[in-house]
Amino acid sequence: MTSNSLVYLIALPLFGSAVLLLAGRRCDRWGHLLATALSAGSFAIGLYQFLQMLGRANDQRAVTQKLFSWISVGSFQVDAGLMLDQLSICFVLLITGVGTLIHIYSIAYMSHDRDRRRFFAYLNFFIAAMLLLVLGDSYLNLYVGWEGVGLASYLLIGFWNQKPAYATAAKKAFVANRVGDMGLSIAIMITFATLGTVSFAGVKEHAPVASTGALTAIGIMLLVAATGKSAQFPLQAWLGDAMAGPTPVSALIHAATMVTAGVYLITRSNFIFDAAPTAQLAVAIIGAITLLFGAIIGMAKDDIKKALAASTMSQIGYMVLGAGLGPAGYAFAIMHLLTHGFFKAGMFLGAGSVMHGMDDEVNMRRYGGLRKFMPITFATFGLGYLAIIGVPPFAGFYSKDKIIEVAFNAGGIKGITLGTAALLGAAITAFYMTRVVILTFAGNKRWDEKAHPHESPFLMWAPMVLLAIGSVASGFLFTHGDALRNWLAPVVEPHPVHEAELLSPAVVSILALVLVGVGVAFAIVKYLRSQVPQVAPEDVSIFTRIARRDLLQDEFNEAVFMRPGQALTRTLVKTDAAVIDGAVRGVGRMTLGSGNLLRATQTGFVRSYAMWILIGAIGLIAAIWVVTQ
Amino acid sequence: MNAANYLYVSALLFTIGAIGVVVRRNAIVIFMCVELMLNAANLSFVTFARINGNLEGQVVAFFTMVVAACEVVVGLAIIVTIYRSRRSASVDDASLLKR
Repeated sequence: MTSNSLVYLIALPLFGSAVLLLAGRRCDRWGHLLATALSAGSFAIGLYQFLQMLGRANDQRAVTQKLFSWISVGSFQVDAGLMLDQLSICFVLLITGVGTLIHIYSIAYMSHDRDRRRFFAYLNFFIAAMLLLVLGDSYLNLYVGWEGVGLASYLLIGFWNQKPAYATAAKKAFVANRVGDMGLSIAIMITFATLGTVSFAGVKEHAPVASTGALTAIGIMLLVAATGKSAQFPLQAWLGDAMAGPTPVSALIHAATMVTAGVYLITRSNFIFDAAPTAQLAVAIIGAITLLFGAIIGMAKDDIKKALAASTMSQIGYMVLGAGLGPAGYAFAIMHLLTHGFFKAGMFLGAGSVMHGMDDEVNMRRYGGLRKFMPITFATFGLGYLAIIGVPPFAGFYSKDKIIEVAFNAGGIKGITLGTAALLGAAITAFYMTRVVILTFAGNKRWDEKAHPHESPFLMWAPMVLLAIGSVASGFLFTHGDALRNWLAPVVEPHPVHEAELLSPAVVSILALVLVGVGVAFAIVKYLRSQVPQVAPEDVSIFTRIARRDLLQDEFNEAVFMRPGQALTRTLVKTDAAVIDGAVRGVGRMTLGSGNLLRATQTGFVRSYAMWILIGAIGLIAAIWVVTQ
Repeated sequence: MNAANYLYVSALLFTIGAIGVVVRRNAIVIFMCVELMLNAANLSFVTFARINGNLEGQVVAFFTMVVAACEVVVGLAIIVTIYRSRRSASVDDASLLKR
């Protein structure tokens, strides 16, 4: 089926971004309203498309729209085309829905910022780029959106770039993302070289006949791309610093949508990963490593946003793990992505609300007892908290337990290892999220007398309430009658056959709940039953110290990549100066020197020139005489 | 009489002219030496014309004379100009092109 309205999904926010950037300060007064309205308009179109889709048969739901013939070089034919299928619509609704809520929230949150218009321009640009990412019908179209969201992320992390540290954080995110982007571009090149096409439909058609080696290479490169964009191990270091951006940005880009693009990419490329088991295993392993990595960092962070960022990293690790488990896991990865979009965005907005009331203080050791002052924030944050640690019947219980269950049932050592990692991650998640909630909302107050904590305005708490409703209800709705799984079935093709189950769903849920209970209990004992110092204690174990320093991720990158890179550039500069410049200067010097030598013959005396002519003539005659003899 | 003797005279004249150009400083004398060399060449041309029994060498000699006349006109004009500005006809004094 084709549709002519898909392009408006992208065009509306793109138009808003262009207007806000081009009209400049003239639209300072109404720019944010336009941006919010256009984002909401995009959501309305998405909802309309969703309802249309519901009315069609399961295999007729995908709609496409060809915009124009983009690249036509020899056998390389790429159309700029859009495709909205069951997978894309999930993202479209998440991006535009959560995006619109965050636009509304930002109206109040950024109301004192003189650059609010520019902020909304970037937000709209992000929505457009992210929609292009999920709507593109080929890897190349996806790549455009992929780069677009990277740019939007860079601009928004560095939104307050008058602070050098924030500008550096933006650059760090951009550079880490570039590494991943290289993976994606290489994957596209291999795809074209081996399969002759880059469109999803074409690759899906040709993938079964391609060699496993080529598919594994593509899969690994796609995984590199996903690790960059989704802050997965080993390209995860940028996400913590990305919290330099305004909190709504952290909620929208660095929690709900952009960082999940990697999961989208892997799920979208399911036909490649299903045919390349090695790449698929790598995906699962990366996911398992990251979910523990993020969770461990999350335990040690005192900055509320950084703790949530580490949690995001960990939760995306769950999604990547799910996507790496093949057809059994794709639907649950997407489900966790959607539920995570609700509860994590809600918690980030809650963190923003707390910061709003606490004069932008982010250190949780300076919070405490805020539940009396910010009841709505506490309630919404608390619902998000229950969702993320996986308490039934909140959203995370359904999505996360399913991933753990699928991991256990993946079979053999692999299943047990991945499942244990996921289960352990759930316990750690429960610990650090409880810690965040206790440090922020419970216990004694630890803030200065200057701070006057107060509840945020309506425009801020309304989106939080809506997202909290999502975090309560979405899990049940998605799993009710396997709704999401059946919905996504035409795209990700889950095997209808059930393999032998190692652990039944009930056992997994009980195990997970017990471990969550242990984690919560630890946190309560450690932070609620004892006094929390205002300054982080220094006499802690080496493990805590390492975790506080993000498990030495920056140190690792500096030692392994940055310093050798700097040494390499220094060597190159020296080589350039000595060899390249030396050669050029040498030629110059040689010319100059030989000129100086020859200049000695130019005396200016006519008679000496005459002498030389005579000698030359005699020499010439002598030579001719010798030759002709 | 042996035609080669004319060639010996020509060579002698040319050598005298050449040495004169190289060793003398006065521009007028150098000029005269150049004329001597040209006439030595003319003598060779005429001699070869005689030896070969055709007129080409003689024709070339006329051309040489014409060229020599032109050269005298231009050269003398230059020498007179230099003399006027520098009060000297020495070629060693006129060595400013070096700089």
